[in-house]
Amino acid sequence: MSHLTATTPAMLASKASSSAAGTSADPRLYGPGRTVAPVQVTGSQSIVRSLEELGVTDVFGIPGGAILPTYDPLMDSEQVNHILVRHEQGAGHAAQGYAMVTGEVGVCIATSGPGATNLVTPMADAHMDSVPMVAITGQVNANVIGTDAFQEADIVGIATPITKHSFLVTDADQIPKVMAEAFHLASTGRPGPVLVDVTKSAQAAQTTFAWPPKIELNGYRPVTRGHSKQIREAAKLIQGASRPVFYIGGGMIKANASEEFHALAETVGAPVVTTLMARGAFPDSHQQNLGMPGMHGTVSAVAALQRSDLLITLGARFDDRVTGQLESFAPDAQVIHADIDPAEISKNRTADVPIVGSLKEIVPELGFAFEALVAKHGRTDLSGWWKQLNRFRETYPLGYATPEDGKIAPQQVIEKINQAAGPEAVYVAGVGQHQMWSAQFVKYERPRQWLNSGGLGTMGYAVPAAMGAQVGNPDRVVWAIDGDGCFQMTNQELATCAINKIPIKVAVINNSSLGMVRQWQTLFYESRYSNTHLNTSVSDSGGEIVRIPDFLKLAEAYGCVGLRCERPEDIDAVIAEAMAINDRPVVVDFVVSRDSMVWPMVPAGVSNSDIQFAQNLTPQWDEEE
Amino acid sequence: MGTHDIIAPEQRRTLSVLVEDVPGVLTKVSGLFARRAFNIHSLAVGPSELPGLSRITVVVDADSKLLEQITKQLNKLINVIKIIELAPENSVQREHLLIKVKADSPTRLQVTQAVELFRAKIVDVSVDSLTVEATGAPDKLNALLEVLEPFGVREIVRSGGLAISRGSKSMTDRALR
Repeated sequence: MSHLTATTPAMLASKASSSAAGTSADPRLYGPGRTVAPVQVTGSQSIVRSLEELGVTDVFGIPGGAILPTYDPLMDSEQVNHILVRHEQGAGHAAQGYAMVTGEVGVCIATSGPGATNLVTPMADAHMDSVPMVAITGQVNANVIGTDAFQEADIVGIATPITKHSFLVTDADQIPKVMAEAFHLASTGRPGPVLVDVTKSAQAAQTTFAWPPKIELNGYRPVTRGHSKQIREAAKLIQGASRPVFYIGGGMIKANASEEFHALAETVGAPVVTTLMARGAFPDSHQQNLGMPGMHGTVSAVAALQRSDLLITLGARFDDRVTGQLESFAPDAQVIHADIDPAEISKNRTADVPIVGSLKEIVPELGFAFEALVAKHGRTDLSGWWKQLNRFRETYPLGYATPEDGKIAPQQVIEKINQAAGPEAVYVAGVGQHQMWSAQFVKYERPRQWLNSGGLGTMGYAVPAAMGAQVGNPDRVVWAIDGDGCFQMTNQELATCAINKIPIKVAVINNSSLGMVRQWQTLFYESRYSNTHLNTSVSDSGGEIVRIPDFLKLAEAYGCVGLRCERPEDIDAVIAEAMAINDRPVVVDFVVSRDSMVWPMVPAGVSNSDIQFAQNLTPQWDEEE
Repeated sequence: MGTHDIIAPEQRRTLSVLVEDVPGVLTKVSGLFARRAFNIHSLAVGPSELPGLSRITVVVDADSKLLEQITKQLNKLINVIKIIELAPENSVQREHLLIKVKADSPTRLQVTQAVELFRAKIVDVSVDSLTVEATGAPDKLNALLEVLEPFGVREIVRSGGLAISRGSKSMTDRALR
């Protein structure tokens, strides 16, 4: 398997770079693994048959000219349930939400041109957050490609930088192979979105369908087994470290390795921080969990990274929202960095011990290696480290002030939703203040409990992603915690939810403004509120009530139950009312204070050591113990 | 492509990239360089000795850390099969140059002599110009250009760097299993 044959020229890298590191040999095909003898079909039937053999049960999409042939056999599929959305972006985010809660590949379908370009945002979002997704788009007939035909867009060209891979299919015979390859690419290695763009002529053509096809991806061999020498090296650093921290990223959830990590964390006894994408990878209720690091992280999590002598980085990528100013991030720490994607290692922060592979395999091996070392050399005392961190944790817990205007504190709404729905519910946020509060004030106890747009920061993610999550997890309560800005970007999917009996619950944290932008304007632009008033509960001047739109009426117009809550004393009752409705979507308009801000905060481009736990208040780091 | 001669020559690295010969592969490779703000000095592409595989020779301006990141990112492209760096000391590196230079009767002889000195070839002649073909390491070609400059250069076409490893081994050995 080794390619390391030549001594010169020096090989920089190859797809299977080391004999010691395992690669997935003959890739197991995605799906239940049935066999189908060759049958004569059309290309479009071949697409639907492929979806069936890949085990797909739910897809989200909208038909249109260039994908019309495929919608015909789709109508007859007994296995594949198609959910007709109201905007292709909704189909894409729904596929993401579905993928995030199930761990399976989410599927969305759109027509050529505008249908395909409407999938750009979800594809980019899935790319940033490593969500397994396959997008199928129709393309104009092969003989008119390049002629600016009606509804023609070079979606493969457009999608290339924002997908893991993109295929253009002009030959119907290629359909089963390409579909199998797309699902394989989307779901293995570092997961991600894959585009399959199929010309209308290929959909219409006669072809043969047989299963399984042969996958030919010579340039794709993700390494799954971590290099054992590197793992021993890492264990040695962990055994010797006096201020180690587990820095856990979304990769832990993607690898389904939370259980394995739980054991490792307890074996080592080091503090754990879970990034925005990793909330739920390790229980919040666990004594070792310090919460979320980064721009709006807890003081103790940020401090743990800053003061650490060893970052045990598992499936995280040193995003700027975590590191703050990179040069001053964790200045005294050595770095162990384990990731399935070799390109993440030493991209932003140089790793002292890089480990490429799947956390599912690396994490337990790291545990064994550590235990072997401890048996020989004993363990390093972490009590001083914990004493320090516990002081930060106790002195600077997450909290919020009661708004001076007498309105509801948004954080309180989110806390109470969490109290009512518990850890078995799924929580989906949009982007902005409400997202950060949801990351902070919901207690995450299990992986796949928390969905949000972390990397791309897509406003409007919540409603369609919650819809997809509810389809993937029909027995769970799904709460979309949304902002009044985000909600107005994608709430058309309420129609899809109402018609298809997808009973999501939406909490609109309505501060009548683009809250996070407004917060930055308050802090960095002398409270000059340029274009952040939305007039969804109060007017620009802040005086009279303006509701454009009236979210209660909007909910009702869409066939949902609409509720409104404007007083702190009503929160519990309104949430209870929403929790009691299970046959329809519910939208609750929580009218909250505009002046609530997200704290703690590390202003952009500043050192994490300058974190403020409230406006202009920085922690006292070196108190006499 | 990239700006010439801003980065020190030791920062100039040559990568040989074996790719599947499928539509869009060049876009995928060149697009990667653009969106990750990697600076390409030159890029040359053509078929390899294996059917279905093309070779892209790309000369980049990068220090070791950046080169590692470039290589890793290239490797993530599904159509990229293999990447090697070809260091000057263990590879043959050449570039092809076509240059149209003014040469009327007073200067024609001088131009011809310069061309001969550089072991270049004259491949087209007209009343007031000569077209010169030269192959060599980039330094040699730059020197030739410098010599011809005073006569009046009308047009330059350069192939971009091409490189192959020294010795009997081939990059495609065991590239496909």
